[in-house]
Amino acid sequence: MSMREISYGRAGMEALVEEMRRDPTTLHLATDAPPSLVEEFGEARIRATPIAENAFSGIAIGAAGSGLRPIVNWSMVTFCFVAMDQIVNQASKIHYMFGGQQTFPIVFRSSVGGGTSLAAQHSQSPYSMFMNLAGLKLILPSTPYDMKGLLKSAIRDNNPVLSFESTRLMGLKGEVPDEDYTVPLGVADVKRTGSDITVVALAWLVHEALAAAEELEKEGVSVEVVDPRTLFPMDNETIRASVQKTGRLVIADEAGPTAGASAEIAALVTEDPATFKAMKAPLKRVCALQVPIPYSPDLENHVFPDRNRIIAGIREVMAAG
Amino acid sequence: MPASPELQRQMLRQMQTIRRFEERASDDYQNGAIYGVVHCYIGEEAVAVGVCSALNNDDQIISNHRGHGHCIAKGADLNRMMAELYGRQDGYCKGKGGSMHIADFSIGMLGANGIVGGGLSIVTGAGLAAQMAGQGRVAVCFFGDGASNAGSFHESLNIAASWKLPMLYVCEHNSWAANTSSVMTHAQTDVAGRAAGYGIPGVVVDGNDVLAVYEAATEAVARARAGEGPTLLECKTYRWRAHTERPGAVDPRPAEEIASWMARDPIQKLVDDLKQQQGQYSDAEFQALDDDVMAAVEASVAFAEASPFPAPEAALDDVFAD
Ligand SMILES: Cc1ncc(C[n+]2csc(CCOP(=O)(O)OP(=O)(O)O)c2C)c(N)n1
Repeated sequence: MSMREISYGRAGMEALVEEMRRDPTTLHLATDAPPSLVEEFGEARIRATPIAENAFSGIAIGAAGSGLRPIVNWSMVTFCFVAMDQIVNQASKIHYMFGGQQTFPIVFRSSVGGGTSLAAQHSQSPYSMFMNLAGLKLILPSTPYDMKGLLKSAIRDNNPVLSFESTRLMGLKGEVPDEDYTVPLGVADVKRTGSDITVVALAWLVHEALAAAEELEKEGVSVEVVDPRTLFPMDNETIRASVQKTGRLVIADEAGPTAGASAEIAALVTEDPATFKAMKAPLKRVCALQVPIPYSPDLENHVFPDRNRIIAGIREVMAAG
Repeated sequence: MPASPELQRQMLRQMQTIRRFEERASDDYQNGAIYGVVHCYIGEEAVAVGVCSALNNDDQIISNHRGHGHCIAKGADLNRMMAELYGRQDGYCKGKGGSMHIADFSIGMLGANGIVGGGLSIVTGAGLAAQMAGQGRVAVCFFGDGASNAGSFHESLNIAASWKLPMLYVCEHNSWAANTSSVMTHAQTDVAGRAAGYGIPGVVVDGNDVLAVYEAATEAVARARAGEGPTLLECKTYRWRAHTERPGAVDPRPAEEIASWMARDPIQKLVDDLKQQQGQYSDAEFQALDDDVMAAVEASVAFAEASPFPAPEAALDDVFAD
């Protein structure tokens, strides 16, 4: 397979464009219509909507139920909170509530995370709010390769899929194949193998965990980094297998810990008898502090976890057993 | 275009079917065979029937919590409706939805909806799909005066008007949202007046006159099919019964107000119109129609009773599509 290097943001755009070429029933709904997309696909399929997230999210549901495959871009994830009725009461339940008689293939894209001094209303990682719902699939890519492959799978899926895309990673470069490929939903990726401790890391923190692993390798600590990639369905097997191998676990998330994805991962590891028995030390969560995200850089940096906190977390777990 | 005599007879049958179906549903709810909550449409039958009579089979509608009338008017199967109310496996939603969530996508019935205002944008998406398909299909939203005050009303009408979507927004103005009078909640009496803000026609019609509703809907549908965009059609009507069928449900509405609207029964009005126009419609003919309708409702109950309850494990089915 011949490879080339593109950015994470570009990978998302390529997935969108290639899938829109592939399937004429796709259409794009967002408050802005990127000119390059309008030029290629026309105004009918690239809709510039009013700033009415509730309505255009609902429109996507009705269009999906009428034979189209809408791709919605909310832009920042926080903007989707004005569309919560459509996401929670409608999109997540509509297939089930009507006895499975109709499919609703929709992708809702949004950017998550912080590190941009945009403060609380534009910096958030609220994916666990949606993990708690039944009926939505959730992807959270950490590399250009995963972004493109997961987003393609999401667009081809027959269910509503929320794509959470890390703001901090938009410029990150990485290799993608020239050929068409997909990354299946529900399959985690071991980003680095190791034998002493597992770090399950999400999105941007995958890269921080990899940096931490490099650092600790110098001290002879072998760190395995697992990226779930999809939050629903979650690849329990891969995560449990890694923890069974290493016996130790750190979970790193840019969201706060309370009822977060990190809590779910902790539960799925500890409630599994074989994995629990294999654990040599209590697990450790390295998450954002449980506060709205502040503006001023020193405040913001204080709130978010990073490689140093992951290193500290790993040391703590290693010391405990 | 006035409705043909055959069409008028069909309208009468549908209106009577809605009424008899709901009378039975209410009884069976009281005696425990139907669960949860039931909202009756009785008194408002002319709206659903008048509008749906102006539609083709492949046109789409969306409904709200008071959805039985819309389902029947769009041609839903009484058996599967009753089985759904009974919570049975052969119900439209395999027992997962109940009264507030009956849908039949095969006939363009995109579902009742338990969230007030929830359907407005969804059906606007159906309108967008219809426009993109370019086959002259239209999409219709039924919603209450209560829903007209939700933000989704404005958002959806603005988009539909901006994009000239082939749509009809039908406000069933029955003057009460649950137990609150629209006098308390509406800045202006007529919802249709808001159409001016979107530059689309806003039409007020007597919602108890099925022929008037039909004619107004026909005109709006023709406009939508011609690519001229949506219409807001406000049907003034009234529900005869309390907001829900729950025993002991409060109903703050003045008795004289209820009585005055019951004196304007939309079904009796069509019977009278038929008698007048043709001078040959008889009470005997209506009696025969009612016997038929009663038999169909009875059969739907038998169908529902014969259908098994879903297996408990079926609760895990259909969370996701394949
Ligand atoms: C978002 C939301 N708020 C409140 C309710 C409770 N509720 C159900 S029906 C209803 C009144 C709706 O009135 P209207 O839209 O006029 O319809 P009608 O019942 O008169 O047909 C209310 C308040 C709800 N289902 N959804």
